[in-house]
Amino acid sequence: MSITVVYTIVTLAVIGAAAAVILYFVAQKFKVYEDPRIDEVEEALPGANCGGCGYAGCRAFAEACVSASEMGDLNCPVGGNDTMSSVASILGLEAVKQDPRVAFIRCNGTCDHRPKTSTFDGATTCAIASSVYSGESNCQYGCLGYGDCYDACDFDAIVMHPETGIPEIIDDKCVACGACVDACPKDLIELRKKMPKNRKVVVACRNQDKGGVARKACDVACIGCSKCFKECPFDAITMENNLAFIDSDKCKLCRKCVPVCPTNSILELNFPPRKVKPAEKEECTTT
Amino acid sequence: MLKTFNLGGVHPPENKLSKDKAIEVLPVPTSVFIPVAQHIGAPATPVVKRGDEVKVGQVIAKSSSFVSTNIHSSVSGKVKKVDFSSDSSGYPKEGIFIDVEGDEWIDGIDRSTDLVKEISVDGPEIIQKIQDAGIVGLGGATFPTHVKLVPPKGMKADVLLINGVECEPYLTSDHRLMLEKADEILVGTRLLMRALNVDKAVIGIENNKPDAIKLIKEKCKKYNGLSVVALKVQYPQGGEKQLINAVTGKEVPSGALPIAVGTVVSNVGTAYAVYEAIQKNKPLIERVVTVTGKGVSKPSNFLVRVGTATSELVDAAGGLPEDTGKVISGGPMMGRAIPSLDVPVTKGTSGILLMREQEATREETMTCIRCSRCTTVCPMGLEPYLLKKLGEKQIFDRAEKERIMDCIECGSCSYTCPSNLPLLDYIRYGKGKVGQIIRSRKK
Repeated sequence: MSITVVYTIVTLAVIGAAAAVILYFVAQKFKVYEDPRIDEVEEALPGANCGGCGYAGCRAFAEACVSASEMGDLNCPVGGNDTMSSVASILGLEAVKQDPRVAFIRCNGTCDHRPKTSTFDGATTCAIASSVYSGESNCQYGCLGYGDCYDACDFDAIVMHPETGIPEIIDDKCVACGACVDACPKDLIELRKKMPKNRKVVVACRNQDKGGVARKACDVACIGCSKCFKECPFDAITMENNLAFIDSDKCKLCRKCVPVCPTNSILELNFPPRKVKPAEKEECTTT
Repeated sequence: MLKTFNLGGVHPPENKLSKDKAIEVLPVPTSVFIPVAQHIGAPATPVVKRGDEVKVGQVIAKSSSFVSTNIHSSVSGKVKKVDFSSDSSGYPKEGIFIDVEGDEWIDGIDRSTDLVKEISVDGPEIIQKIQDAGIVGLGGATFPTHVKLVPPKGMKADVLLINGVECEPYLTSDHRLMLEKADEILVGTRLLMRALNVDKAVIGIENNKPDAIKLIKEKCKKYNGLSVVALKVQYPQGGEKQLINAVTGKEVPSGALPIAVGTVVSNVGTAYAVYEAIQKNKPLIERVVTVTGKGVSKPSNFLVRVGTATSELVDAAGGLPEDTGKVISGGPMMGRAIPSLDVPVTKGTSGILLMREQEATREETMTCIRCSRCTTVCPMGLEPYLLKKLGEKQIFDRAEKERIMDCIECGSCSYTCPSNLPLLDYIRYGKGKVGQIIRSRKK
């Protein structure tokens, strides 16, 4: 009885030792060298795997960083400049500072501004709706409101406004990964330079129709009148296809364009309320 | 036992409300909008400009490549502008606006109704004339007919099928055409046979049109090589591949064209248009459109000039009923809802269906219960529930392997789904994306 136990133990020990020797040589022979810095870099990254850097996840981005000779365009929008400088220091490279960005939805066509002319009752995704149909209003450029951007956001930075049906971006949560930009079939979402206190001056419209047509479809459509273009002292505004566009890299937030817009399609966001000029005092009439 | 196709299919209520209504000629409208892309393939290029005087039958947009076709003016008058206007999808499409003045036709068009039976032209000339006359498949797919008549190298057609099935519920335009223009259709069929160099043609008609079957059978005796097959009523029998299977028993392989099994399919409307183009020299400028619906006071079949606004047809059929929920261009199964009545009739418009509010509302959708009814009814042997999921989750490589491109978009799956899932919406989206991927791979 006891001898059986001894044999068993000895046999197992011999098999174990033999396997260990074989495995050791196999491991030596087929060893894959991996740069230990890849792990270090991956550790430094946020680990969101959002794809905002343009690579298939944080690991792939770490590999790209390690094999790169300079940081250049490599940027993790989620981690921002802090993360990128720690990555650069691991790799002994110089970090390139990137302006933080934030997403903005260029449509303000809420129900009261943009009358519904038809109803869509097919599959409720923006991708499908826009492939069969221009939308429920007469504006074929505007937000469809089925929330493909909301579904695409991994950071809970988009909420669908319950009343207007148009998505809103929570600036403090947005990491500018660009997932919503790709998801929007109407190409409404733009990544803009993040300004202090999240201040923005933006044309909240993508309508490229001629003025009359655009205006009929939506009260707050850009009609391409070029007034803002003429007003801007910093050449931040360009006009193309009946549509004004404010370049966030050039805009100095002077807000001169806002009051000249006849359709209120330029929005100023997160500014303190403007001082209302006191009404001129009525002149006393002397008799 | 009547013949039908072997796989799947549904039988929706037929509702052929306008089948006894003779074709009426709709008065020429006061203005038309003629889109330059009314067919599959490259849009035609406009050759008129603002202020030009045009006559009926004059070419106003020229075909720009082989898979494309000419567009002719359907009215006489002055070109108002060449501009964009929204089509049935709501997106703007280029087209020609014409203000109508009188009704002057170009010389050479024979407008009499006398039957011209003698065929005096040969094959290549027929194909050339069909191309010049802007004829496309009038069953709804609007594929340029001349392309079908030139088989790819190494392939030869041995039988021509004429599609008189009209399997879509409500629509009766082909049915009426068969009853009123039987001889013309048969001469048109003879012309197509000569163009294809085949000596056999079969006309497939569903059994819910016994009068048409009887009439065409009778007339066929006068022509060589023509015969009629009565088919069991089953949707989507009017699909090319389904009709081939029903009539000949052959199966078109996945991804191949009907010519691979030696067949070419044309609609009865197309056969009639071919007759008019060759025997009467008249290009494709008008077509029969059914205007129907349960709330419509006067369901009718109209002969309409291409470019006429939908509103004119609706008015002629007794006006828009108050409880209209949807206006559909085409039939209830494959047609699409139009967002405005300004959308014009094009070469592919076989009907205008006004659905009442209660019929038009989609029922609440629920989750898939894996009943596999969609798989049972799919006439192409696909798995719609799976393709829907793949489209929804954007897994396009798998969708391609699951033969998403074979889908004929008949809508049988959505029709039959007990959970009211819009299966076809997702599949069509997936199909579009996979198509893009395949095209970019070829480049």
